[in-house]
Amino acid sequence: MSIDWNLYPCQDLYDELVAAPGQGRNAFAGLLDDLKALGPDELVARQEAAEVAIKEMGITFTVYSEEGGTIDRAWPFDIIPRIIPKSEWDRVEAGLKQRVQALNLFIDDLYHDQRIIKDGVFPAAVLAKSVNFRPQCVGVNPPLGIWAHICGSDLVRDADGTIYVLEDNLRVPSGVSYMLENRLVTKRVFPELFEHYAPLPVDDYPSQLFDTLAALSPRPADYPQVAVLTPGIYNSAYFEHSYLAQQMGCELVEGRDLFVDTDDCVYMRTVDGPKQVDVIYRRIDDLFLDPEAFDPTSTLGVPGLMRAWTAGTVALANAPGAGVADDKVVYAFVPEIIKYYLDADAILPNVPTYRCMEPEALAYTLANMERMVVKPANESGGYGMLVGPASTAADRAQFARLIQADPRNYIAQPALKLSTVPTIIGRGLEPRHVDLRPFILSADRQQVTMGGLTRVALRKGSLVVNSSQGGGSKDTWIVPD
Amino acid sequence: MLSRVAENIYWLARYVERAENTARIVSVNANLLLDLPRGIAPGWQPLVYITGANAWFEEHYPDYGEPNVVHFLIGDERHSGSILYAVAAARENCRTIRDFVPREAWELLNELYLYARDELERGTTKGGRHGYLKHIIQSTQGINGLLSGTMLHDQGYEFLHLGRFMERADMTTRIIDVRSANLLPHSTTDLQPFETIQWVSVLKSMTAYQAYRRSEQVRVQRERVLRFLFQHKAFPRAVWHCIESTRQSLEKLPRKDAALRVAGRVKRNLEAAEPWLLDQQQLHAYVDELQLSIGELHTEIAKTWFPPPLVLEAAA
Repeated sequence: MSIDWNLYPCQDLYDELVAAPGQGRNAFAGLLDDLKALGPDELVARQEAAEVAIKEMGITFTVYSEEGGTIDRAWPFDIIPRIIPKSEWDRVEAGLKQRVQALNLFIDDLYHDQRIIKDGVFPAAVLAKSVNFRPQCVGVNPPLGIWAHICGSDLVRDADGTIYVLEDNLRVPSGVSYMLENRLVTKRVFPELFEHYAPLPVDDYPSQLFDTLAALSPRPADYPQVAVLTPGIYNSAYFEHSYLAQQMGCELVEGRDLFVDTDDCVYMRTVDGPKQVDVIYRRIDDLFLDPEAFDPTSTLGVPGLMRAWTAGTVALANAPGAGVADDKVVYAFVPEIIKYYLDADAILPNVPTYRCMEPEALAYTLANMERMVVKPANESGGYGMLVGPASTAADRAQFARLIQADPRNYIAQPALKLSTVPTIIGRGLEPRHVDLRPFILSADRQQVTMGGLTRVALRKGSLVVNSSQGGGSKDTWIVPD
Repeated sequence: MLSRVAENIYWLARYVERAENTARIVSVNANLLLDLPRGIAPGWQPLVYITGANAWFEEHYPDYGEPNVVHFLIGDERHSGSILYAVAAARENCRTIRDFVPREAWELLNELYLYARDELERGTTKGGRHGYLKHIIQSTQGINGLLSGTMLHDQGYEFLHLGRFMERADMTTRIIDVRSANLLPHSTTDLQPFETIQWVSVLKSMTAYQAYRRSEQVRVQRERVLRFLFQHKAFPRAVWHCIESTRQSLEKLPRKDAALRVAGRVKRNLEAAEPWLLDQQQLHAYVDELQLSIGELHTEIAKTWFPPPLVLEAAA
């Protein structure tokens, strides 16, 4: 078998690499010939080499097994890169910065004057039912007025080529370590393509992250004491926690390594005695952060941490309560939020979204469910949603009941045809749907990863890209055009 | 260095050491029994006494027969003295501190765990036991070698040392205690050859036989063996050597005063005593006292450098 791009099935969808059968897209059409020249045997051999490299490098993610324990699985990776021209990326980057800037203003407003509600732009009813609004955070002034220091926004491209923002993750977004490791693996398996196309580097991220965190330190210092707070080795993202701590050269701590003293400062228990901590990059959800302020049964957090944060002796990234903007109903208001705070139109559009709390939107959603994707406000990882085109009548009936019982908790969006990228399946190349998660850092300045983590649904026709549900990933190349 | 990391390294070393010592004890006992006449052979019960878990054993096993004791020591994951438990616990401690442990050492430990678990059945048969235990001992030695040869010799390394020598000191005293208490009556001259065999086995369970012959140059006898095992300066499993090694590691750590005071007391006590002059009863009491002071030293180490124990507060 050889690779024949004339037979590549890319009609009716937007393939990131192939514009039409036999025809490459944009300035990087040459990659089609390069892949063809390598041939299927060589491609399969390189895919295998990548898998060996991933095992050797110990790149894993953790899944919860049926027996109750956890297993480390090798990270699923496809070697064919996803390419985005620099000119297009510049616009995306500007859009992401704008979006996160507005969201940070929005969060800060919600915890202070709530002007946006008083001005009638954002409904009080939505806030009242938000599960991620933390009354404990009202009136708190985090350093620089920023709440979401690390944001992971999911982007998708529809069949007509438009890039939409699908959701914003403002709590503890993960995946960035895989973006970095994917690049290392690609450099190993495709050195010649890499040299030729010269994608822009991504490996600055750990130092950018450290700079972002260091900028938040209440005690100005060149090297403030920064720690990554992890729930522990059984967390699905533990690999990433330890990876980032290592890359930034700071301590990876668990809740029991820290304590808050009577001076309201946070200390780390070390062999040399207590050591004050300035900034905590916490990878634990709000509710587990501090048993004194939130869930009293949590043993993952640090008693008194909220007290220290409120007193301003320690910075937390992301700030507690930032998740209030990580709500799919809030998402539906982002264009208005941008307009309100920045007096500008959103550079990156939202996916058209029906807020079921509004009667016409509810009626439309119920009437068109087989063409919609229905999502609950506060779930992540692709759980608890209805994908209309793939659903049965019984599924739809069940969701109709759920939505009617609690319309505030649901939004609906037309089912998009996510763009595809050629992916090695067996010994051939087939289109598979992808999304993209860039990471936006905000402190005294804003930075966006060069590209992000491209996730790919490895099952034919599937739109679910989550690694816990059969998704894989690809390297993302931003290439000067 | 985080206190939790220090504690994990310490226990990693202790459990690796424990797995090795247990493998040695089982292996030597099996050989010993082959050399002693059936009537006077002490059987397998003393091994359970060495672990100090005899009450637990009696609750869970019907008798002190060979298969029960061997399973208890090799493969019973329910108690912390078994090889399988120790290896699994060493691996768990290592998992969270993989930044500090050279990757190859982690891989070797992981392999050892898989071997100990998957080949367990072989280890509990008479025929397969020798090979199984030999593999365990060699792997643990391999892990120790890799760690010494590749790990950063910083604070973490001192905690590795502390764990290893604390466990070893504890184990040596246990072996002496149980093995001497079960020995034959002194006076019976026709049992003399067997008594020698039994003391040889005590030495062998610590791979001390060759070292003893080179150092003492006399035939194996109670007084000299006890002096050797308690006080020898250069033999790495002698109690004195273990305590002195522990003391040297403590010297290199911050905030060491309290722990050093306890270590100094243990060492002085060891140097002043002449346990070989004691009869069985007195020897047993002396070992008890020694073990308590080793336990005290552990408590002091934990208090100074390890995180406070996790207190689970019940939700109101």
